[in-house]
Amino acid sequence: MFVILALVGALSNPYLVSLMTIVLLFTFLGQSWNLMLGIGGQLSIGHALFVGLGAYSVGVLDVKFGISPWIGLLLGMFVAGSVGAVLAWLSFRFEVRGIYFALLTIAAAEFARIMFSGWEFVGAMQGLFFPAPTNAMDMAMLRGDARFYYFVALALAALGIAGTELISRSYLGYVWRAMRDDEQAARALGVRTFRHKILVIAISAAAAAVGGGVLALVQGSIFPDSIMGMGLSVDVLVGPVVGGLGTTFGPLVGSLTVIPLNHAMSALGDSLRIPGLNNIAYGVVLILVVWFLPDGIWPAIVRLCKAIQVPWRVWLPQPRKAEE
Amino acid sequence: MTSLLEVRNLSRSFGGLVAVNNVSFALGAGQITALIGPNGAGKTTCFNLVAGAMRPTSGQVFFEARRIENTPPEAVCRMGIARTFQIVRPMRDMSVLENAMVGAFSWTSSVGEARSKAYESLESVGLAGKANASTDQLTLSDRKMLETAKALSTRPKLLLLDEVMAGLRPTEAASVVRVLRRLAETGLTILLVEHVMRIVMEVASRVVVLHHGAKIAEGSPAEVVADPKVLESYLGTGFHA
Amino acid sequence: MLSLWLNVLASGVLLGLVYGLVALGLTIIFGVMRVVNFAHGEMVVFGVYIGYWAVRLWDVPIIAAAAIAAVAMFIFGYLLETLIVRRFVGRPHHYQFIVFIGLSLLFSGALLVAFGPDPRPAASQLAFHTVSLGLVTLDLARLQAAVASGLLITLLGAYLRFSSFGRSLRAAADNRLGGLIIGLNIPRVYAVAFGIGAACAGVAGALISPLFDAQPYLAVDFTLLAFVTVIVGGLGSFSGALLGGLVIGVAEAVAALMFTPSMKTALPYALLIIILIFRPRGFFGANES
Repeated sequence: MFVILALVGALSNPYLVSLMTIVLLFTFLGQSWNLMLGIGGQLSIGHALFVGLGAYSVGVLDVKFGISPWIGLLLGMFVAGSVGAVLAWLSFRFEVRGIYFALLTIAAAEFARIMFSGWEFVGAMQGLFFPAPTNAMDMAMLRGDARFYYFVALALAALGIAGTELISRSYLGYVWRAMRDDEQAARALGVRTFRHKILVIAISAAAAAVGGGVLALVQGSIFPDSIMGMGLSVDVLVGPVVGGLGTTFGPLVGSLTVIPLNHAMSALGDSLRIPGLNNIAYGVVLILVVWFLPDGIWPAIVRLCKAIQVPWRVWLPQPRKAEE
Repeated sequence: MTSLLEVRNLSRSFGGLVAVNNVSFALGAGQITALIGPNGAGKTTCFNLVAGAMRPTSGQVFFEARRIENTPPEAVCRMGIARTFQIVRPMRDMSVLENAMVGAFSWTSSVGEARSKAYESLESVGLAGKANASTDQLTLSDRKMLETAKALSTRPKLLLLDEVMAGLRPTEAASVVRVLRRLAETGLTILLVEHVMRIVMEVASRVVVLHHGAKIAEGSPAEVVADPKVLESYLGTGFHA
Repeated sequence: MLSLWLNVLASGVLLGLVYGLVALGLTIIFGVMRVVNFAHGEMVVFGVYIGYWAVRLWDVPIIAAAAIAAVAMFIFGYLLETLIVRRFVGRPHHYQFIVFIGLSLLFSGALLVAFGPDPRPAASQLAFHTVSLGLVTLDLARLQAAVASGLLITLLGAYLRFSSFGRSLRAAADNRLGGLIIGLNIPRVYAVAFGIGAACAGVAGALISPLFDAQPYLAVDFTLLAFVTVIVGGLGSFSGALLGGLVIGVAEAVAALMFTPSMKTALPYALLIIILIFRPRGFFGANES
């Protein structure tokens, strides 16, 4: 599959390359969110907070101080991971959980968005702009043309998928899934759920920050409303939910489905001069998927392959039950 | 008798209702002890207090001479007390083996080690043949044994079993009895909470009887059965159940 | 100086009553169905547009527009619950969240298609009329919206407390299983609860239509504001919604006076974070089931 995706990047036209770059970036971001809810059982509806912190870490270091985005990504991971951990620590200390925790994440994201909108140093509402790339590829400053970013995004998506797979096969995967299904039962089996919840949120936040940093570089600019807004939080979670929550390939399949659809509808809306069309299509797809395919598309594909006895199902990874 | 677990003057009330009232008892190492009583006698509350799932209103619980009544459940488990739940709670999307692996991660972070421990636990409850099955294919009896296997994977010194035989057919219950006897022979201490009196008599070496939250009798099964207070409060209906 | 503060306080209280009504809608829906309506802001915006068009087309007073909004939005909510929302009650939170995000996208898309993205300045001139009471000068639109909201909150409270259907609503909120046992028609209770919730949002929207330009993008702000309000008071609590509305209304007004505009918008969220962390069930919160 990645061979195909690599070829797409190498051969196809610029529009497809930039579209697929976004698809792959949101695969990675979706993966980070998927880790938190699909495996760790913690619902975040304010993931834009972590994405935005990553973006601003990269942006501020690069634009204001000329420091390489590599350092910015590390800083972003640290900042977002810490913010996630503190938020989780505070709320689980005081038994804030479930829907209340979810609302806390969105409140924190909105608070941060408004603070960044008013903060002159980071560009406030006028945004932050990266210098334009001077050559096709500059690894040290992570700058290059659209194709360069496509491969960066592809590498990131592959890293995300491999990382999720690795975590879900390690002891963390077992312990987190136990905690997700039944916290009381997990605790009775010796799982220190308090620290594991903090850990999964911190890891998810740090990963989201990396995605955010790269997203900012790809877009070449950072605006608080788009990088930290509610819309971005929704975009992050749509992929994994549509594709298949808790599955390794769900975020990829979901992003591949939803983002091109959204772009197509946007384009159609623009050409017909009907601005709300993409919203309507997006909304309808979300409702239909949750209605008819509550497990998401990927498990449905796997079921279908099993049902019709496709011979190559042997190399189709099973959703969730990755082992044995 | 060396006692592995000792409960002293344990009480717990919910609002005005006293669920457990000044209960004391001790568990001998390597023994099977049963906590019995009619419905609403406070057995499960007592059980939850020992397992750290609830805090007592007053009284103490000692495990290996350390006080544990205010210790959270995961720490209690890590000290060597494992419990099962009355309502079986297998984890969805995980095979029988994977379910049994989770407990092992309280003492190891190696997936391989956890897997071999899980096989061992499944073997000791007679489920090794179904290791790769999905949990929704299991019978009630198998699911209860899976709960026990999950608890065994934590390498407990004391195993707390909440109504493992409730709802089972006589042949199934008999095989559970065999499993418990074998476990006790390996040196494991077991505390059973049971409603089904007859089976308890077969397997337990000591019995503690609760009624309306208070302990009304304690002794060998033969002694307890002969106790008029027990007969009056419980056995009259219990034997028919 | 005193007069300035009194004015700020008064306008905060007045707007707070309207926020209270919006929050009440959200809290009734959550209390009865344990569902968080993330499309609540869209319903407020529907109300704003109803207010705008009613005044523009028929030149009716705002109160009449609010009545139209109440009926229209009740029917809308009732149908929405019956056709879609019902299927997701009791499902995990993230499913519900996705469904409501889907609905909110659908609604805002529909508004964009129907009215376009540009703000429409209020059709009613009410906001420019003022009443003065000693030190305090109030604009008529705000006063009217607040009085109507207060009245409606009181009526709704009385309805829930004294009518037999209101009592079954409350019974369903307290204990769903118990409600089933005593033979409540749960599907109907849910549909009506959702209808009332939508109607509260719609009426509030119509009442503030002289104060805000009608614009589809307002919805997100209203949704978030309703959450803040409801959580400050306690999700699922009637008096909590009212209290939350007043707290947020006054806090916003005071913040507008003391801080920069961005700080003013951030204040409710800061308040929300603090309250969620230290008093997660709010001041009158119901238990999460």
